[in-house]
Amino acid sequence: MRKRVNRRKINDALNALSSKKTPKYITYLAAILIFLALILLPPILGIFTKFDTIQQIFNQPALMNRALIAIANSFIIALLVSAFDVIAGVPMAWLITRGKSRWLSILDTLADIPFIVPTAALGYSLLLFWNGPEGISALFGGSLISPGWLLIALLHFTFSFPIVVRVMVGALLDYKMEFERASRTLGASPFTAVRTVTMPILRPSLIASYILAFARSLSETGATFIVAGLLENGPVFLQNIKNELAVSNPSLYEGATVFTSLVLIVVSLAIFAFIRIFGSRLRLPIKGFWPSFERKLSYKKAEASRNSITLIVFFLIVLIPSLFVALPAFEALFNPTLSEAFSGSGIWSVYWQSLVVSYALAGIVTLLSFVIGLPMALMIARKRFGRLTSTTFDILVNVPLIVPSIALGVSLKFFWQSFAFVPEFLLLVFAHLAITYPYFVRSMTAAFERISLDMEEAARTLGAKPFDVFRTIMLPLTKYSILSGAIIVFTRSVSETGATLAVVTTLQTAPVVIVNWVKQVVPATPSDIGLGCGILIVLSLAILLTLRFVTRGKGRY
Amino acid sequence: MPDVRVVNLTKKFGDIVALDNVNLTVHDKEYFSLLGPSGCGKTTLLRLIAGLIEPDSGEIYIGDKRVDNVPPEDREIGFVFQTFALFPHMTVWENVNYGPKVKNFDEKESETIVHEVLELVKLHERLSAYPNELSGGMMQRIAVARALAAGAKILLLDEPLGQLDAKVRNEIRYEMRKMAKDLNLTAIHVTHDQSEAMSISDRIAVMKKGKIVQVGTPQELYMKPNSLFVANFIGESNFLEGSVAEANNGSLVIELRGGAKVHAFGKGLAKDERAIVVIRPEVLTVEKPSYQGKNMLRGVVEKISFEGTFIRYVIRLESEDVVIVIKPSLTERWFDIGDSITLSFESEKVHVFAYPEAGLMEEISV
Ligand SMILES: Nc1ncnc2c1ncn2[C@@H]1O[C@H](COP(=O)(O)OP(=O)(O)OP(=O)(O)O)[C@@H](O)[C@H]1O
Ligand SMILES: [Mg+2]
Repeated sequence: MRKRVNRRKINDALNALSSKKTPKYITYLAAILIFLALILLPPILGIFTKFDTIQQIFNQPALMNRALIAIANSFIIALLVSAFDVIAGVPMAWLITRGKSRWLSILDTLADIPFIVPTAALGYSLLLFWNGPEGISALFGGSLISPGWLLIALLHFTFSFPIVVRVMVGALLDYKMEFERASRTLGASPFTAVRTVTMPILRPSLIASYILAFARSLSETGATFIVAGLLENGPVFLQNIKNELAVSNPSLYEGATVFTSLVLIVVSLAIFAFIRIFGSRLRLPIKGFWPSFERKLSYKKAEASRNSITLIVFFLIVLIPSLFVALPAFEALFNPTLSEAFSGSGIWSVYWQSLVVSYALAGIVTLLSFVIGLPMALMIARKRFGRLTSTTFDILVNVPLIVPSIALGVSLKFFWQSFAFVPEFLLLVFAHLAITYPYFVRSMTAAFERISLDMEEAARTLGAKPFDVFRTIMLPLTKYSILSGAIIVFTRSVSETGATLAVVTTLQTAPVVIVNWVKQVVPATPSDIGLGCGILIVLSLAILLTLRFVTRGKGRY
Repeated sequence: MPDVRVVNLTKKFGDIVALDNVNLTVHDKEYFSLLGPSGCGKTTLLRLIAGLIEPDSGEIYIGDKRVDNVPPEDREIGFVFQTFALFPHMTVWENVNYGPKVKNFDEKESETIVHEVLELVKLHERLSAYPNELSGGMMQRIAVARALAAGAKILLLDEPLGQLDAKVRNEIRYEMRKMAKDLNLTAIHVTHDQSEAMSISDRIAVMKKGKIVQVGTPQELYMKPNSLFVANFIGESNFLEGSVAEANNGSLVIELRGGAKVHAFGKGLAKDERAIVVIRPEVLTVEKPSYQGKNMLRGVVEKISFEGTFIRYVIRLESEDVVIVIKPSLTERWFDIGDSITLSFESEKVHVFAYPEAGLMEEISV
């Protein structure tokens, strides 16, 4: 009873505060300032504090060349792989949203798995599947795909595929079928209708999914490092020179790092801007009409084979390789590894510590994203400071997304170093916050925009104070988005390797440990690695299933 | 008690002047309508009264109290949205109970209130239904019930019937009026449907492009429109162009295009000024060509449509102007297509306005 009275009091106090202009605007301003000072500026400006060291690499043509090739590899892989992701992801999203089988909701969940599995575990899993003697290679005698170009491409395809599917499923669910039906009634075959009407309308989502896959591919470090072999892309190069030069020639190391990070940041911002500006003018080939050909494509048979190909690609290239690590993990349950692991002996004590670090970090980052992201999302969605401010921040919030995470980590570290001593863990929090914040704000902005302004105003006219409106209308109506935003932030933070490697020297997160094991920086048996990955995957699946469970009742509104 | 008064109210959205220096008083317990074409500023005015947006200048009073700086939750108004804005995550009961809850009413008391209003709108059987399980008509009634439960003394209704089909709309509009009257509420009802406004309102304000053109009872607006715009927007009218041939103390002789001279009354018009004569279709009588009288317009029946109670003639005058005439179908004699006829009317029943500077079409366009 007493507790209830207290809550009422707090609520009343918040209501009173929310009715005044000043506290309201202070909240929004604080959210903006924190965003600028903590999330947007450090990862961009930090690099310039060390700009003078860039000279170093210009005196080393060989290293310079290596850096440029690595950077080029990064962009080529990202651009190509994201295209394949879209090509393969759209039919999958289509199947999930338009198919009639009740198995599709399971398929929907399965499609999320590669996203939720921490990428380091994913990388090891793929390595085993495509290259290891237990994997598919066994069928061919000798390893089918060795580490390098193709394996990196496969890896990136695998972990960005779910992103495309997720975005396109959302878009297809929101899409009004009337447009397509209208086209059908005007005589278009299903395929023609989709190509000439549906896809052009969904173009913004296609572009968004491409950009997200692209950014993810550019950023990923941990798993890429595992499957890269001798090939270097940007993040792998940065990590390699850290190992090679950080101690022996620190100034050259800094110079090379600054140079590479800077080029990565600038080029990806440029590509992003290019896609933003020209993507919307991009014309799908909708001018031509080939009715009879497309009518054939629409036939049941063609549809069935399209669905089969989609499913084969999904299971063979995405799902099974992602989970292949379960095999050694399963074996580990029956040999001494399991007891070693749980007694925390040998390499396992570090593993458990890293798990604690990873999940504590993810928890803190999720909480912070929520606290500082929510007012920002509300401000953008409700245009609290006018249309222009909203649009500007809507764009700015996404900037950290497209900065390759290892470069972001490097820059962030330089930034804070030049000011003051910041404890390593806090640095990690900042880095992960910068990387995950955009995901949260994006999903919350979209959720708030879906609530019609009428709802808020109706509540006001019924006597609710602004804080009451937020508590009784906005929060309940967006709780699933908050939850799924939180899960994205959480899993993304657990997966993150690049920025972590860039900012820490002593602290280890779970993916870093896995990378060290696979790379045999720390000697570990396949059983160890298998079990280490297995535990991560099980924990992540538990989170995913919790989300599915909690959001079950979603259909109602 | 709660009159609603707005004084010199102006609201702009960027370059668009949504409301231009509007003055209006709605009396206590009155059922008042804001009527006008799309985009004329009705919703803007209503939202200003509710406090959902802030005016650029001007004053708003509820009762004797100036409420410009009172937030919407403290204005004791109820707002019914065109979309109803029922909270999708709450049941009917929770929706209706929302106002009492956020206003901290006593629990027992709010329960009684919710039951009462739900009974009033005849929906007390669907307490635990969610909004998406209700029909449009039910949602509309819940939206009203919700506003009432929150203790509204003034109901602001923004096209509350706009989303309903025609039959339900016709039924509910009388219910709305009856309920407001039974509960002694002041109601401001926004609509662009003139027949809706005419049939339920005590008074109506006709709006055009951010301004109020005329305020009056439905009869006044119909019988004495103060402008071409109102004459056209409310009911049907024929417009005949001409110029003032004689002006004598408000008694006019107008020479119409084509030469016919008619007698009418109208103030503020001088000799030789261009003018427009406005004639309602039912004011005209159809006579044989040989008819002689004070006001005669000769023409030919071009089209006839039978509408049950009424018969509608389309007549082409000698001046090539086309006029509409509506007559009771059983008590008047019929004419046939091609018949030459003479139209006549009583001078007291037509209106004369100066020819608008912007042109007739521009003036009456919505
Ligand atoms: N939030 C807004 N931002 C910009 N312009 C607005 C806004 N609200 C209204 N307007 C403009 O103000 C004018 C009046 O709009 P209002 O909604 O009041 O018209 P209305 O009479 O209610 O029309 P309708 O019958 O179509 O609902 C319109 O030109 C509209 O475009
Ligand atoms: Mg309106």
